[in-house]
Amino acid sequence: MPAWPEKRRWIGSRATRLDGPVKVTGAAKYTSDVQPEGWLCGMILRSKWPKAKIRKINLDKALKVPGIKAAVLARDGERTVRYYGEELAAVAGASKQACLDALKAIEVLVTPLPFVVREEDAREEPAPRVWEESPNLSKPSVNEKGDVDKAFTECAAVVEGFYTTAVQIHHPLEPHGNTVSWNEAGVTAWSSTQGVFSVRDGLASHLQVPQNQVRVICDYMGGGFGSKFGPGVEGGLAARLSKAAGAPVKLMLTRFEQALAVGNRPSSFQKIKLGAAADGTLHAFEFENYGTAGIGSGGATAGGGSGVELHAPYIYRVPNMRVKQSAVAIDAGSARAFRAPGSPPSCYGMEAIMDELAVKLNLDPVELRIKNDPSEVRRKQYRLGAERFGWKEKYRKPGTCPGVVKTGVGCGGATWGGGGNRRARAEAQVNPDGSVEVRCGTQDLGTGTRTLIALIAADTFGLTPDQIRVEIGDTRFPYGNDSGGSTTAASVCPAAYDACTKALAELQERTGVSDARGPNWPAACKKLGVNPLVMPGQWQEGLSSSGVGGVQFAEVEVDTETGFVRVRKVTCVQDCGLVVSKLTCESQVNGGIILGIGYALYEERVMDRHTGVVLNPNFETYKLPALADMPEIDIVLLDMPERGVIGIGEPVTIPTAAAIANAVANALGVRVPSLPMTPARVLAALGKTGGPA
Amino acid sequence: MIEAKPEEGLSVSRRAFLKTFGVSAAAAAAGQLDAVAQELSNADTEKLHGPGAVPITLNVNSKTLKLELEPRVTLLEALRDHLGVTGPKEVCDRATCGACTVLLDGTPIYSCSKLAIEAQGHAITTVEGLAKDGQLTPVQRAFVEEDALMCGYCTPGFVMSVTALLRKNPHPTPEQVKIACAGNLCRCGTYPRVMKAALKAAGVSTASNTEVISYASLA
Repeated sequence: MPAWPEKRRWIGSRATRLDGPVKVTGAAKYTSDVQPEGWLCGMILRSKWPKAKIRKINLDKALKVPGIKAAVLARDGERTVRYYGEELAAVAGASKQACLDALKAIEVLVTPLPFVVREEDAREEPAPRVWEESPNLSKPSVNEKGDVDKAFTECAAVVEGFYTTAVQIHHPLEPHGNTVSWNEAGVTAWSSTQGVFSVRDGLASHLQVPQNQVRVICDYMGGGFGSKFGPGVEGGLAARLSKAAGAPVKLMLTRFEQALAVGNRPSSFQKIKLGAAADGTLHAFEFENYGTAGIGSGGATAGGGSGVELHAPYIYRVPNMRVKQSAVAIDAGSARAFRAPGSPPSCYGMEAIMDELAVKLNLDPVELRIKNDPSEVRRKQYRLGAERFGWKEKYRKPGTCPGVVKTGVGCGGATWGGGGNRRARAEAQVNPDGSVEVRCGTQDLGTGTRTLIALIAADTFGLTPDQIRVEIGDTRFPYGNDSGGSTTAASVCPAAYDACTKALAELQERTGVSDARGPNWPAACKKLGVNPLVMPGQWQEGLSSSGVGGVQFAEVEVDTETGFVRVRKVTCVQDCGLVVSKLTCESQVNGGIILGIGYALYEERVMDRHTGVVLNPNFETYKLPALADMPEIDIVLLDMPERGVIGIGEPVTIPTAAAIANAVANALGVRVPSLPMTPARVLAALGKTGGPA
Repeated sequence: MIEAKPEEGLSVSRRAFLKTFGVSAAAAAAGQLDAVAQELSNADTEKLHGPGAVPITLNVNSKTLKLELEPRVTLLEALRDHLGVTGPKEVCDRATCGACTVLLDGTPIYSCSKLAIEAQGHAITTVEGLAKDGQLTPVQRAFVEEDALMCGYCTPGFVMSVTALLRKNPHPTPEQVKIACAGNLCRCGTYPRVMKAALKAAGVSTASNTEVISYASLA
């Protein structure tokens, strides 16, 4: 079985990001920056009705707008649109201004239909049905173990809670979109994507073109967080516009469109009951949850689908339990995978009820977790983290902090997979002048994929990373899987290492140089003569693993007069196998925690019950964390090199909101039962307003 | 890209606008009738522009560039779509995220919320205009060394905000860095690293917030 080199100079180092310089100078060309000769601007007309029968769409006047070269319908014939923002038609023209004029000139004849956009309204009959053929609330899925009703009677303590989480929007800063050129030579698409191959296959199928006639390129992309797989409706429209106009079309969505139609994290409404013995051993658990994935719930995907279903009782084991979950459809854009899908709300609800149990049994919350957490790694992480965080000194009984601004502490634990994909491929090319190229189709979401490959090649060949040229983000390169589930590093690193070790062996064999690495490299490569050496590689068993644990601690201060919550400190202890690139790994941990802060305190899609629109489709009203909101962040990475590479992107965002919510409850002595914990909700929990709790 | 030339469109002069909406609102708000009268008299001397394309001259990164643009084209659109200067990014298009930040005579502005026609006569600096002869500036170098970027889409905006800060105030406090970057958003979560980079570029090194501990060493 292959193994990572014992002596590692670059792997695990703090070497800087390979593409840092092009990103700080503006030289990096993102999908939205690509401007092929003769390109046109594309824009989409979206439904301004939350639900309507579309009778007729007339594009004639739009086509007469000066500068407009093409206009297409999203779908032919009569149809029903089911949310505000669903695609109706698209135009391509010489400028954004021409497109804006053309969108206004499109005539749409509709019959508006009754709609429903709030979970609590949609689940009640006779609410308008989102999908005519089925009720909005799906039949629950049930998972039952042991005798839960009897078990509750045996418990020394039983606690109950009702916790809710809001719909969160991905909002990658580069919008979704593509620049597509479709002509006799085939289809070339520059895509802002997490999976160039999934875009290729999606476009080929949508356009009825063979897959080998579609090339997808993604040199640089501005974030995805789970929402950028496949070409999307906008990708298909860009391609059809390109064909109709006979020119490349760039169709990037606007910020408003991002809030409507390209994914979100489903909401949750969790009713939880937990019982334990006097020593804290969990004994009985009952969980009922529903949430919405927009139109993605109900219809063809009824039954708790589309990511609404949570993991309960998350990382814990309870011998007697009953878990019931259902999905409720509303007239809103469909959910998509979002950084650790399902996990942040699962962790939030479960860790909240664990803290309620700790209070009831008069146990230290950290000790209660160490008692019940089945993972030895996490139990050690709790001990280490508590010490670094100063848990014993900081923890006090809930609500006992004096003064107007109260402080509190909380914690939570998480798990994730993050293993490799066996189908990942790469290729290494050694040139006679000693320069090296490593190619892999995979894309870099900002996680540092290019850098990881360069560090691995440098260590294998005894070179420096700047001697390695890494080419990624192209379906013409060897297959790289979609970047989802924190799998990219654990897929690509083994494949690149395999290609490089085989290239080294081949070089030594061909040239007779027994050790071609380091100082011998130039002379050995010269012996290749005129032909470069190209060696394919693939994912190998033994270089990566799956399954990580992490815990986080949070300290907050809450102003009981304004309701404002400020996170003072987050301590994160995370295991992550072999750290390939320390600097980019740390960046991802920071990023996960910061996304968790947004989930805990700021982020919520607000739907208007009366008009069916998203009320906060921009950053004025949909609040993201900013620099001034940053707490002190203390990170411990638990190095386990023998396990090989494991992904880090998702696990680190899971327990942040749970830890913050517990810290707020600890500060106040009452629980704010909903995320995000806005000032209004904090004041309501304190009984100071009549606002929503 | 070919310029579109709409034949007809709504044309409202600044004077007409002020007359209709300005006087009562401004007077009610502040009671400054004199100021409004002054505005009206200034507006009288203004030339109408558009709605069709008009000649526009921009000074971008010390180069003088001539364009024909509709007056409604923003500076950001002019830079990106008409000049191929794609460092400044369009993210929110309404002055909330700062990814489009450029310097106008040294002051950071949101280029998405300034019309190209208004930017004439000013020195515009984009992220492309910072490094000279391939040498990164101290701010850019610090961003790379501290890994103050992930996907990098917000990075040009942050680099410009920090650059403008350090030109005015070479030794900022962390609080001053927060204020300078208050108009910039990042979704990947690079903020702690942006802070470190800004301070590093000002000559202050900060400790790493991360420690790698061998799991095998734990009890």
